Amino acid sequence: MQGQINKNGELQHLLTIEGLSAAMLHHILDTAESFVSVTEREVKKVPLLRGKAIFNLFFEPSTRTRTTFEIAAKRLSADVINLNISASSQSKGETLLDTVNNLSAMHADMFIVRHAQSGAAHLIANHVAPEIHVINAGDGRHAHPTQALLDMYTIRHFKRDFHELRVAIIGDIMHSRVARSQIHALTTLGVPEVRVIAPKTLLPKGVEHLGVHSYHDMSKGLKDVDVLLMLRLQNERMQGALLPSAQEYFKYYGLTPEKLALAKPDAIVMHPGPMNRGIEIDSAVADGPQSVILPQVTFGIAVRMAVMSILAGS
Amino acid sequence: MKIHIKNGRLIDPKTHLDRKADIFVAAGKVAAIGAPPQNFTASHEIDASGLIVCPGLVDLSARLREPGYEYRATLESEMEAAIAGGITSLACPPDTDPPLDEPGLVEMLKYRAMNLNQAHVFPVGALTQGLLGENLTEMAELSDAGCVAFSHAEKPLDNALVMMRAMQYAATFNLPVWLRAQDASLSRIGVAHEGEVATRLGLPGIPTCAETIALSKILRLAEETGARVHICRISSAEGVEMIRQAKKQGLPVTCDVSANHIHLSEIDIGFFDSNCHLIPPLRSIRDRDALKRGLKDGTIDAVCSDHTPVDDDAKLLPFAEAEAGATGLELLLPLVLKWAEESKVPLVDALSRITSRPAEVLGIESGALSPGAAADLCIFAADAYWKIEPRSLKSQGKNTPFLGLEMKGRVKCTLVGGRIVYKANPS
Repeated sequence: MQGQINKNGELQHLLTIEGLSAAMLHHILDTAESFVSVTEREVKKVPLLRGKAIFNLFFEPSTRTRTTFEIAAKRLSADVINLNISASSQSKGETLLDTVNNLSAMHADMFIVRHAQSGAAHLIANHVAPEIHVINAGDGRHAHPTQALLDMYTIRHFKRDFHELRVAIIGDIMHSRVARSQIHALTTLGVPEVRVIAPKTLLPKGVEHLGVHSYHDMSKGLKDVDVLLMLRLQNERMQGALLPSAQEYFKYYGLTPEKLALAKPDAIVMHPGPMNRGIEIDSAVADGPQSVILPQVTFGIAVRMAVMSILAGS
Repeated sequence: MKIHIKNGRLIDPKTHLDRKADIFVAAGKVAAIGAPPQNFTASHEIDASGLIVCPGLVDLSARLREPGYEYRATLESEMEAAIAGGITSLACPPDTDPPLDEPGLVEMLKYRAMNLNQAHVFPVGALTQGLLGENLTEMAELSDAGCVAFSHAEKPLDNALVMMRAMQYAATFNLPVWLRAQDASLSRIGVAHEGEVATRLGLPGIPTCAETIALSKILRLAEETGARVHICRISSAEGVEMIRQAKKQGLPVTCDVSANHIHLSEIDIGFFDSNCHLIPPLRSIRDRDALKRGLKDGTIDAVCSDHTPVDDDAKLLPFAEAEAGATGLELLLPLVLKWAEESKVPLVDALSRITSRPAEVLGIESGALSPGAAADLCIFAADAYWKIEPRSLKSQGKNTPFLGLEMKGRVKCTLVGGRIVYKANPS
């Protein structure tokens, strides 16, 4: 049971992009667009979620995602409570659902959940009271829907139309919840060609079933691409026989100005952050004219405001 | 007690008997079929009109959780579940706490089971001490204490030298070795079949080659040592084909499959249904269909329940953290009947996979109806529907992927050694 759409066809939770319609995705992006102006005003607040209690439930460390959710919630006038669970209850042996039930008893209206295990947000959504909303802020390797939405917002902002784009996702697809959500979003929005580029050790089996073409060679994979979605390569991937060294990875899969030149001249470069300069991306690209990495962060707040307001209104 | 079971449809897979006839039980044995023996006066009559009477079921893998995991289930609760499922003989794997690696532990388990006086319990002993994969257990002594076979349960046994020695030693005493084919290094972090669904859900995968590589090692070592090997719970199409070839070459190998795996695939995980977190993992539809075919053509000898009671708390966790396993004793018969119907297998053949064939694997007399055989019997209504829900299950484990579904085939009465040990409430 997916359970993120309620019986009226509205978004009750946001757990994954998978299964959402293109119309729903555009509705979220349109709503975000209306919030971008709010974030540019001098008084950056609207009273949409006044009196609502939003719990940032982070079972895994995060700075950027948690902060942007917090800012988004505050701009909607909600009360935000940040909980860094890895340091408290979990170490005392409390189960995930016990933690959630206790917080529900404090009259939470919305949970924003980040957890190291795939499916954690689904589990919580399946067990909270019907009036509570759950936003998945990243579960294991599975999904990170708000990141994918802000990426789609960014692409739409710079490229306007999805229907004639060639998009490449580059890096550790295997362990990436961002990549999985991006793939669902891109294919749903009608991008005709989505590529994934990585060495075979970082591509999950049967990834083609998600509707992408896989490449192992940057020079082929980047050819004529309009959008480059870079992924973060975690240091621990150097263990477990996935990769020999960061140096070799950078040489073959790191995005340098030379490799970027293979893409279309007006191609944009995105990254969900935090970046490893010199491992997956060269500083000359990250800070270069084709990089839209900082606008991504700004749009991220508007997109998260949009998701929260849509959920609260359902 | 002398029992007259009348008007039933008798099915005995061992002798291919399938006809309407009465059966007479006396002194714990089947006394006669058809006409009563001389001077037979029944002290008890069972009307089996519209019901099927077959040998009591034999389950090759049922975790009773004793010793060590009594909070999940006890011998009492699980033996109740067994007889309610028509199972009169069951083998329990050695991964208890402590593992069944000492004769004293095995004797205690046998003794506890015997006192309950329900189904026959056949402990499978540990192949290595503490299931650590290093030193051999006292297999001969364990066999004297009641172990019918030796296995490594779910614990890794990657050291090929230890596996070869264990097989050689077991073969010395003609003791069977039961192994599940799974390479530890290829499956250590995995929780689901490495394929489309695990990729979509972001779950660490267990590749098919984890099974085939281990299976190849086991089969070559079986050939080398002459050990009698039984493969537990095969899960892949490639694995089934390897067994088929091994059998063709005359290797004395047998094999079983879990009742869950002939009906379910990775697709059933849906969005992280932890009831589908099973060992081995549910594989692709192609694999499932190959398991069904292998079962039909006899490559797979038996269906086991793979009964693993898990408490709710251990399932209410993110998929990978949730404990693997499902309750199964009471579902074995309905799931095999469902397979028979879908695969167009005659009932007498289908029932052989849970009676005579597993009895042969276990090396026990049970699983037959002929006069003189022990009166371990299962009487069931093949067309009775019932809903799988926590309150309809006697097992302490309430978790199964089939929860909420209607199943066909309900046990009405179970006899062990000529005694009525279970009688369903009239409904």
